[in-house]
Amino acid sequence: MSGTKFVFALLIAAAAVFGAAWLIGNNYVFFAGYVVLQYIALATAWNILGGYTGYVNFGTAAFFALGAYTTVVLHKLTSLPLPLMMPIGGIVSGVVGLGTGYLTLRLRGAFFSIATLALAVVAQTLITNWDFVGGSRGAYIVRPAQAWLFGIDYIQYLFLVMLALVVIVLASARAIERSRLGYGFATIRDDEVAAEASGVPTLRLKLLATTLSGAFMGMAGAPLPYYVTYLDPTSGFSLAYAVNGVAMPLVGGTSSWLGPVIGAILLGTLQQVATVTISSALNLLIVGLMLVGFVIVAPNGILGLLRFRDRRARS
Amino acid sequence: MARVVTGMTSEALLQVTGLGKRFGGFVALEAIELAVRDGERVGLIGPNGSGKSTLVNCMCGTLRHEMGSVRFAGHTLDGRSAHERTRLGLARSFQLPRPFNTLSLAENLRVPLLYTVNARHGQALAPHAIDRRCAELLHIVGLADKATNLPRDLTQIEMRKLELARAMAAAPRLLIADEAMAGLSHNEVDDILALLIRLNEQGVTIILIEHIMRAVMHFSQRLVVLVAGRKIADGDPADVVRDPDVVRAYIGE
Amino acid sequence: MEMSFDLLGNAVVSGLLLGGFYAAVTIGVSISFGMLDIVNIAHPAFIILGSYIAYIANATWGIDPILAAVIALPAFYALGAAVYQVYYVAFERRGQEALRGLAFFFGLLFITEVSLVLVFGVDYRLVEAPYIGPSLHLGIVDLPLRLLVPFLVALGMVGGLQLFLSHSFLGRAIQAVAQDPLALRLMAADPTRIKRIAFALSIATTSLAGAVLIVIQPVEPSIGRDYIGRVFAICVLGGMGSFAGTLVAAMALGIVESLTSTFYGPSWSPAVAFGFLLITLAVRPAGIFGR
Repeated sequence: MSGTKFVFALLIAAAAVFGAAWLIGNNYVFFAGYVVLQYIALATAWNILGGYTGYVNFGTAAFFALGAYTTVVLHKLTSLPLPLMMPIGGIVSGVVGLGTGYLTLRLRGAFFSIATLALAVVAQTLITNWDFVGGSRGAYIVRPAQAWLFGIDYIQYLFLVMLALVVIVLASARAIERSRLGYGFATIRDDEVAAEASGVPTLRLKLLATTLSGAFMGMAGAPLPYYVTYLDPTSGFSLAYAVNGVAMPLVGGTSSWLGPVIGAILLGTLQQVATVTISSALNLLIVGLMLVGFVIVAPNGILGLLRFRDRRARS
Repeated sequence: MARVVTGMTSEALLQVTGLGKRFGGFVALEAIELAVRDGERVGLIGPNGSGKSTLVNCMCGTLRHEMGSVRFAGHTLDGRSAHERTRLGLARSFQLPRPFNTLSLAENLRVPLLYTVNARHGQALAPHAIDRRCAELLHIVGLADKATNLPRDLTQIEMRKLELARAMAAAPRLLIADEAMAGLSHNEVDDILALLIRLNEQGVTIILIEHIMRAVMHFSQRLVVLVAGRKIADGDPADVVRDPDVVRAYIGE
Repeated sequence: MEMSFDLLGNAVVSGLLLGGFYAAVTIGVSISFGMLDIVNIAHPAFIILGSYIAYIANATWGIDPILAAVIALPAFYALGAAVYQVYYVAFERRGQEALRGLAFFFGLLFITEVSLVLVFGVDYRLVEAPYIGPSLHLGIVDLPLRLLVPFLVALGMVGGLQLFLSHSFLGRAIQAVAQDPLALRLMAADPTRIKRIAFALSIATTSLAGAVLIVIQPVEPSIGRDYIGRVFAICVLGGMGSFAGTLVAAMALGIVESLTSTFYGPSWSPAVAFGFLLITLAVRPAGIFGR
């Protein structure tokens, strides 16, 4: 399927999803659905760096929260509409990704990963100390009752915006996979030294992946303040984002754009259901256990299991 | 423009001057001088651990050397990353094959075509030309029937052939073949030898690093010997193998 | 700003004592990351686990926390050996340690923290011991015993490990596996077994480090994450496998953090460690004593 056809298919799927949610008529669907869509965007963004190039980012929460807090700042200073705030959040997180990468990507991958872990803690510290965005007391954002778009409920509008972002991120991920860039990323993952010897500018590509990944995560975080209406560092930088960002692509499968989608839908829905029935800590424990379990037993994720069965069935 | 033949005063294609490399306290290479002229066939031999691969790594940018300098085709290579050197025309195969394990054989060859050949001005190949070139290269090394296989399906010997094909895919001006023939049968050695000589006739300068002496003697116009990080001989192959220092180095092993 | 000598002096001394503690916390990573090349980011989680074990022993039976940690050492050693075995079979052997091995340790970090929250809640826990509270007074400098005792324990642990590494066969084998696995094989020692012992040792240190932590400050499950940056910053700055380097780097970090905390407020501490890490990686990745 060509790139344009894929985008068309995504748009149709998106329209179908929105339509189905609309028909159900209960706004809770939009609230829950927003979270799942957000995770699809986050997981796919993570995978552009982690799955394609093999560099592990543990600081998903940092990039995500920086996007959210950019919105808080913009909301206080301007009256920009959300679709304009998102790219700005993306730029902020993208630049942070670039910076982290620039300082650490010439060294071993492990240093990059450690730096992202530390980054999450530091970013949270900085935000907690910044009174303009509310510091540790948090910030209140008023969510309008209705959006400018046909006067639909604002939560439906947020759902739509996140849906649009998912289409963009998925289309980008797939486009990368099939392009020269995708080959470059794969060689970095497989054998960086051999990649360099074959003419691949590994540092440049790694920086590109880090920036893109960070930017998409920032964009996924940008609408958050309107969704939660109260944002404080503890929830913005929540551990849930860090572990889900890693677990969803690894459980779903890192080799293609489809893996993070599967992982996000599976784990995202699981958590939405579980939050109602069991505590959120137990919820996260299950995600952690699934992560460790899959990584040991099924390293190629659900996609890998499906392909394995497929190949066995054929022979 | 006519090529002016100035003999000894023309700069060598590859010029290594005073190259030195240490690992902590261990001196891996010391004061290496090497000049390879355009179109030459140079053999590089030496006992295991003498620093041959380290030298290749330093020349190609995989390792950074502390002393000396490397010049290639009029450019200074020092400080340049490995991919820049490959794009300038200096390619190498790895002694221990390093294939891209999640890519098929054909895709392994696409990488240098996409990132080296297509990165050079005015040389970019169209997609179907790339596919054709991949098939051609696989055919040359005898791996055409495994184009869609993954490297893990290959034998060690086939992986060495892939390694060589991948270096060739970068369309180099100078190719360094690092033990490409290890483990090959008599006939296979002849095949690779013929391949390299044909490559040389097409204008590619080649440095052959090998332990198989008959191949080295047959192939080399000039023989360089490395022992314990130092060059101890450099000249006509027939003279070099009779050099007492060289003989001692190999028998003393 | 008028520099109070009292304040400065105490900040520096506290920093030194804190630094000793940081060395205890980091020494395990010097082994696992510095020597074995295993990126065990779950190390702080094991430390917190150690803290809670000490807390239980102390709260239930009134056992001294550091004594409890010593008693728990074998259990932590066994845990470390088990974790390494899983890591080796699932990742190291398959060559998957870069992505999946890292994710594995991250998962462990996470599971440990969340489990502790489920069992103990998010309240701060602390221990009681005769040396928590009193201080020695030397001139203008106060030496709180709750910092001094951990400092001494830490020095003891680091010193003991260093002696073990340089003077026992096993210890030398561990150093060898770090530098030249092939030579080790030629010595007829099994590199995997040596690595397992070394890794188990690194986890065993977390038992003591955890007890020492809860003596110094109250503990709750999430503070492990604050230590990741510190631990790896010290390890890198100290030159990876070098114990002396770890000690020096830990003291340096301790002093800088203490000064920052005294003059700018404690909420900036995590940023200090991160700053250290970034600067080290950017300027001298080999560290102070690096090879």
